[in-house]
Amino acid sequence: MTLSVLAAEAVSGGSSVVHDANWFLENAWLIPLLPAVSFLLILFFGKRMPKQGAEIGIAAVGLSLILAVLTGFAWLDHRDNFEVPGTEEHALVVEADGSAGSDELTLTAAAEEESDEHAETDEHADEGHEASHPYVAVQNSTQWLQSGGIEFNAGILVDGLSVMMLFMVSLVSLLVHIYSTDYVGGDRRYTHFFAFLSLFTASMLFFVVSDNILQMIVGWELVGVCSFVLIGHWWEEKPNSDAALKAFLTNRVGDIGLLVGMITLFFAAGGGLTFDTITINSEIVAGNVSHTALVVAAASLMAAVMSKSGQFILHTWLPDAMAGPTPVSALIHAATMVVAGIFMVARLYPVFFEGMQIGGSSINLLATVGAITLVFGGLLAFVQDDIKKVLAYSTVSQLGYMAMALGVGAWTAAVFHLFTHAFFKANLFLGSGSVAHAVHSFDMKKDMGGMRKFMPKTYVTFIIGSLALAGIFPLAGFWSKDEILVGTGGWGLFGGTGGNGAYTFHLTMGMIGAGLTAAYMTRAIYLTFHGEYRGGHHDEAHGEDADHDDAHAHGDPHESGPRILVPLYILSGFAILAGLLNLPSGFQLVPDSWQERFGHFIEPAGASYFPVIGHGGPSWSLAIVSSAIAVGGGLFAFYYYFVRVDRMSKQLGESLTGLPDGLTSRNSLARVGHKVLVEKYYLDHLYTGVIAGFTKGPLARAAYWVNQNVIDRAVDTAGTTSVRAGRVIYDRIDQGAIDGLIDGTGKASDASGQGLRHINSGKVQNYAAILFAGAALLAGAFIIILAL
Amino acid sequence: MHALIAASSGATFPVLTALVVTPILGAVVLLLMPASRPEHFKQVAFLISAVVGAMSAWVMFEFETGAAASFQFVDRADWIEGLGISWALGIDGISLWLVVLTGALFPLAIVAINAEHTPKAYFSWILVLEAGCMGVFLALDLFAFFVFFEIVLVPMYFLIAQWGHGDRAYAATKFFLYTMFGSAFMLVGILATAFLTAAETGNALTFDLVEIAESQALATTTARWIFLSFALAFAVKVPLFPVHTWLPDAHTNAPTAGSVILAGVMLKLGTYGFLRFGIYLFPEAAVYFAPLMLTLGTIGILYGAIAATMQRDLKRLVAYSSVAHLGFIIIGTFALNTEGIEGGILQMVNHGVSTGALFLLVGMLYERRHTRQISELGGLQKPAPIFAAVFMVVMLSSIGLPGLNGFVGEFLTLIGAFAAHRWWAVVAASGVVIAALYLLWAYQRVFHGPAEGENATMKDLTLSEGLVMLPFLAAIVFMGVYPKPVLERMEPAVDALIAHVEANVDGFHEAEADELHPIELDDLEHLESDDADHGEGE
Repeated sequence: MTLSVLAAEAVSGGSSVVHDANWFLENAWLIPLLPAVSFLLILFFGKRMPKQGAEIGIAAVGLSLILAVLTGFAWLDHRDNFEVPGTEEHALVVEADGSAGSDELTLTAAAEEESDEHAETDEHADEGHEASHPYVAVQNSTQWLQSGGIEFNAGILVDGLSVMMLFMVSLVSLLVHIYSTDYVGGDRRYTHFFAFLSLFTASMLFFVVSDNILQMIVGWELVGVCSFVLIGHWWEEKPNSDAALKAFLTNRVGDIGLLVGMITLFFAAGGGLTFDTITINSEIVAGNVSHTALVVAAASLMAAVMSKSGQFILHTWLPDAMAGPTPVSALIHAATMVVAGIFMVARLYPVFFEGMQIGGSSINLLATVGAITLVFGGLLAFVQDDIKKVLAYSTVSQLGYMAMALGVGAWTAAVFHLFTHAFFKANLFLGSGSVAHAVHSFDMKKDMGGMRKFMPKTYVTFIIGSLALAGIFPLAGFWSKDEILVGTGGWGLFGGTGGNGAYTFHLTMGMIGAGLTAAYMTRAIYLTFHGEYRGGHHDEAHGEDADHDDAHAHGDPHESGPRILVPLYILSGFAILAGLLNLPSGFQLVPDSWQERFGHFIEPAGASYFPVIGHGGPSWSLAIVSSAIAVGGGLFAFYYYFVRVDRMSKQLGESLTGLPDGLTSRNSLARVGHKVLVEKYYLDHLYTGVIAGFTKGPLARAAYWVNQNVIDRAVDTAGTTSVRAGRVIYDRIDQGAIDGLIDGTGKASDASGQGLRHINSGKVQNYAAILFAGAALLAGAFIIILAL
Repeated sequence: MHALIAASSGATFPVLTALVVTPILGAVVLLLMPASRPEHFKQVAFLISAVVGAMSAWVMFEFETGAAASFQFVDRADWIEGLGISWALGIDGISLWLVVLTGALFPLAIVAINAEHTPKAYFSWILVLEAGCMGVFLALDLFAFFVFFEIVLVPMYFLIAQWGHGDRAYAATKFFLYTMFGSAFMLVGILATAFLTAAETGNALTFDLVEIAESQALATTTARWIFLSFALAFAVKVPLFPVHTWLPDAHTNAPTAGSVILAGVMLKLGTYGFLRFGIYLFPEAAVYFAPLMLTLGTIGILYGAIAATMQRDLKRLVAYSSVAHLGFIIIGTFALNTEGIEGGILQMVNHGVSTGALFLLVGMLYERRHTRQISELGGLQKPAPIFAAVFMVVMLSSIGLPGLNGFVGEFLTLIGAFAAHRWWAVVAASGVVIAALYLLWAYQRVFHGPAEGENATMKDLTLSEGLVMLPFLAAIVFMGVYPKPVLERMEPAVDALIAHVEANVDGFHEAEADELHPIELDDLEHLESDDADHGEGE
C-alpha cells in the first residue's frame, strides 16, 4: 500500500512532524487535562469548598494558561531553531520565502537540491527572514483502540495554530472564570456553573490540540454539549431551555455533515487506515486524493462549519444562545466554541483549498457563504434592542469575515482575525454583562441609556472594544480586517494586492461589512451609554439577574467591582495591542523584524501538510479606503444618534432611542426591509414552523398512522383468530395455573410443587402443541417449495 | 471458523452449563420456599442472579483473548443421541460480551424493582428468563438454541400479562404470537438444515452448529430459503421494520424489569441470531440478502426515530428509540466487515446498558409520579437534580455523544457501513440527528421549565437507586473512554466469521476500509453497479 509507506515516511522522516521536541510541546496534553480534572473535582467536592468550587476551576485554568504560555515560548524557539535530522534527504521540505509584496506565490515548492544549502544558512538573515528553518509540527500520540487493522489514536498535534488556540482559549477562559465569580455570585447553581465552565474549557482545548480527525469530532461534540448545558443554565424559564435545545439541534444538523465529511476523508485521504490529520493533509497536498472526494468532503464539512460557526443560513441558533449567562456568551459564543468551525477549516485547509479550488478562482462556496454572512449578520445587528443580540449578530458577521478569509485563501488573516476577535468580542460581551449586572436587563431601549455616567470604566473598555471591532486604526481589528481585505486579491488600484485569486465580490462585501460594523456599534454605544438613563423601574421578570442576590439591586446603577473590571482591562489591552503582532510585511513604519511575526510563527508555510498558498501584499490605498468606509459608517450613525436623536431628546425632554419620524415610517420599502430584518429573514419561521413543525407534526403523525393503521391493523386482523386462541391460553394458564400457583403459595411448599406440576402437566403442553402443529404445517409447505 | 475448539481452557468446572442451570435451580428454590416471608424472594433471586453474574465475570476474566476466535469453556454431552442432538455450550468473542451483559443486567433489574404482587412467581419467571437468555447466547447446537429461544418467550409472556400495566393482556398476546410466528419458520428452517445437510453429506444426522456451518453442503437456492426462515424469526425479535409493532406495546405495558430485560437482552437474541446462525450457517445467503437487510435497517433507523418523536408516553418513546438503535446494529452486521460487525456487537452491549438504564429511570419516574405522560411532567430537574443528571448522562450515551459508550459503536458501524455501502451510511448518519431531537426534546419537556403540582415535590434518587444506577454509569463512561479491552476480545471471532464468509462465497471480499484507497467517487455509476452486483449475487 503506497499510502502507508508514504504516511510512515511522512511521519518518521520528520519532514513536517517530529515526536521529540521540547518537553512543553510534547506534553501539551496536560493543558486540556487540568480543566478536565477540575470538572470532576468541582462536581464531587465543589459544594464543600469555601468558594463553592470556583477556586478549583480558576486554579486549573490558571495552570493551563501558564502551561500554554510556556508551550507558546517553547514553540517560538522550536519554530526558529529546530533542526530537522536528515533534512537534506527529504524532498518534502519546502522553503518558505517570507518576502512579501510580490504578486507571485512566495513559496518555492520543494527545492530539493537547494533546501540543504538553506538549512545551513544563518538563522537570522539580514533581512529578518528565517527561511532556513522548516515548519515542523510536534506530534505525540497513543493508541486508543483498534479494529480491523485500523488504529484509532488519541494524541496531540502542536504547531503554531494549536499553540495560538491553546493560549487564547485558556486566557479568555481564565478571565471569564474570574469575572463569573462576581457575575453569577449567589446563583442557585453556582457550583454547577463552574463545573461546566471547566468541562467546556477542557473540551475546547482537547479539540484544538487533536492530532486526528476522530478526536476532533469528539471535541466538537463535547463543546456542543457544554454549550447546551450552559445556554440552558437557567432552564426554569422556557425561552432559555428552548434556546439550548435549538442550539444543540441546529448543531446536530451540521454534525451529519461532519460525520460524512470526516468519514469520506478517512477513506479518501486516510486510505481507510488512519485518521491522522497530518497524513490526510499531506496526502491531499501531494495530490494523491481524487478531486471529487475532496469536493464531497469539503461540502459536507461546510455544513458543520455553517452550524457551529454561525454561518448563514444555519446561524439562527447563535443569537438565541444569548439566553445563557453572559460569561458563557463571551467565552463560548464569541471567543472559542463558535470559532471551532473556522479552526477546523484552518486545520484541514488542504481539503478546502483543493476541494473548493480556492487558488486562482474568484468565487467558491466557503468564501461566498462567509461574505453573505458578514453582511447579512451585520444588517441584523441594526434592529436589535437587546445589547447581547447586537453583539451576537456582530459575532455572526465577524465569523463571516473569517470564513470568507479562509475561502479566499487568506489563511493567516483568518486565523489572525480569529485571534484578535476573541479578545475584543469577549471584552464587549463582558462589558455588556457589566452593564446588565447593574441594570438587570439587556434591553438597551427600555433599561439603559446614559450609562457612561454610572459606569465610566466599563464605558471606556466598551469604547475600546467597539473601536477594535470596527477596525479603527491602530486597534487590533484594523490589522486583522485589513489583512482579510488584502487577502481577497480583489483590490485593483495601484497594482493591487495579489493573493490566490481575484475575489472582487468578496472584497466589496468585506468593505460593506466594515461600514456596517462601525455603524451598528455606534448605535449600540449611543443607546447604552449616552442619552439619559431610561431604566430605574426594576421589574422582576427580567431574565437572568432576577435571581441574583445583588446588593445593588435597587436604586441607581453602580460601576461593577474589580472582579468584573480587571478582566475588562486585560481584554481591552489585548484589543489595543494584539494587532501589532502581525504588522503587514512591507509596512514601512516599523523595522522588518516586527513584521508578520504572527504569520511566521503560526502559518505552517512549507510544511507538507499545508497547501502552497499565495499571499497578498498590503496596500496603503486599500487600508485608507477601507478605514474611510468604516469611519464613514460610524459617522453616519453618529450623526443620526449623537446629533439628531440627541437634539430631539433634549427638545422633548425625554431619552429617545430613535427619531419619531424615522425612515421606516416614511418609506414603505424601508419598512419592508426593517420588517424582514426584525423577522430575521424569516429563517426561524422556516425552521421551527415549517421544517420542525412538519417533522414533529404531519411526518411523525403519518409515520405513526402507518404504524398503527397499516402495519398493526394487518397484524391485528391476521391475528384475530390467533388472538382468540391466545386468549384461551391466557385465560386458562393465567386463571388456572398461575392463580392456582399463587393460591398454592399461601400454603406449604408442598402446594407450590403441585402448582409447578400443574404447569408441567397441562398448559405448557398446549403451547408446545400449537407451536409444533404450526411448524409441521409450515414444514410441509416448505418442503413442497424446496422440492419445486 | 471454529474448526478448532479449544479444549475447554483447562477449566474442569462446567461453568457455561452452570450459567444456564443455576437460574433454573434458583427458580425451583424460590418455588419451594414458604410464602410466609415474601421479602426473602427478592433477596434469594438477587443472590442467585448475582452468582450467575459473578460466574459470567469469571468467564470474562478467564477468557483467552488470543483464542477468541474459537469456542472456549465448551461443555458437550449427548442429549438425544438418535437425532444427533447434543447439549453443546461454548463461548467466543462474539457471545462473550452478551453473556456478560446478561449476567450483569439481571441482578440489577431484580434488585432495582420490587414485585408489585406475588413476588414468588415474579422472581421465578425472571430467573427462568435469565436461563433462557444465557442458553441462547451459549448454545452450539441448533436444537438447543431453538429450545432456549422458545423458553425465553414463556416467562416474558407471563411477566407482561401478570405484572404489566394498561392493556397488558393484548400486549402479551401480541408479543407471544408475533414471536411464535417467527419461531415456527425457524423451527422448519432448523429441521430442514439438519436433514438436508445430512442428506447432502451422507453423514449422520447432526444439529451441531460448527459441523453444519463448516460443511456448507446446502445448495445455494435452498440455503437462501432457509436463511429467510431464520431471518424472519430474528427480524421479529430484533425487531426490524416492518415487524416491529409488538415492541412498543410490549414495552409500554411490561413491568419495569420486563422492559429492562426486554430491551437490554432479549432484543439481542435476534441480532445475535443473525450473526451466529444467519451469517455463519448461510454466508452466501447473507451476502445475497445484505442489501435487503441494510435497507430494512436504515428504514428502521429513520422510522423508529420519527415515530419516537411524536410519542406522548415517555416509555413508548424509549421503546421506539430501540427500533432506531437496533437498525444501527443491523446495518453494522450486514456491512459484513470487521468494523461494521464489531460496531454492531458493541452497539448491542451499548444499547443494553443505555436503554436498560433509561427504562429503569422511566420506571423510577413512574413509581413517583404514577404517570409517564410527558405533558404531565415538567421542571423535574428542580426537585430531583441527581435524577436529572443521571438521566442526562444516560440520554447522551443513547444519542451517541463522544466520550460515552454509544459513540464508539455508532462510529464503527458507520465506518463499516460506509466501506461496504456508503449511501446507506449517509442516510443512517442523519438518524443521529433525529435521535438528538426526540430525546433532548423529551428531556426538555420533562426536566426543564417550572415544576408545578406534584412535580415540584418529586423525590430525588435515593441512595439505593443511585447504587443501582452506578454500574450503568460506570459502564457508559468506561466503554466510551476505553473500549479497547472490549473490542480486543471480540476481534478474532469477528475476523474468523468474515474469513468464513469469504471462504464460502465466491467473489466476496470484505469491503475493507483500506481497500477503498483511493476512492474514485468520480465514477458513481460504477459504484452503484457494484452494489447492484452484490444484490444479484453471482
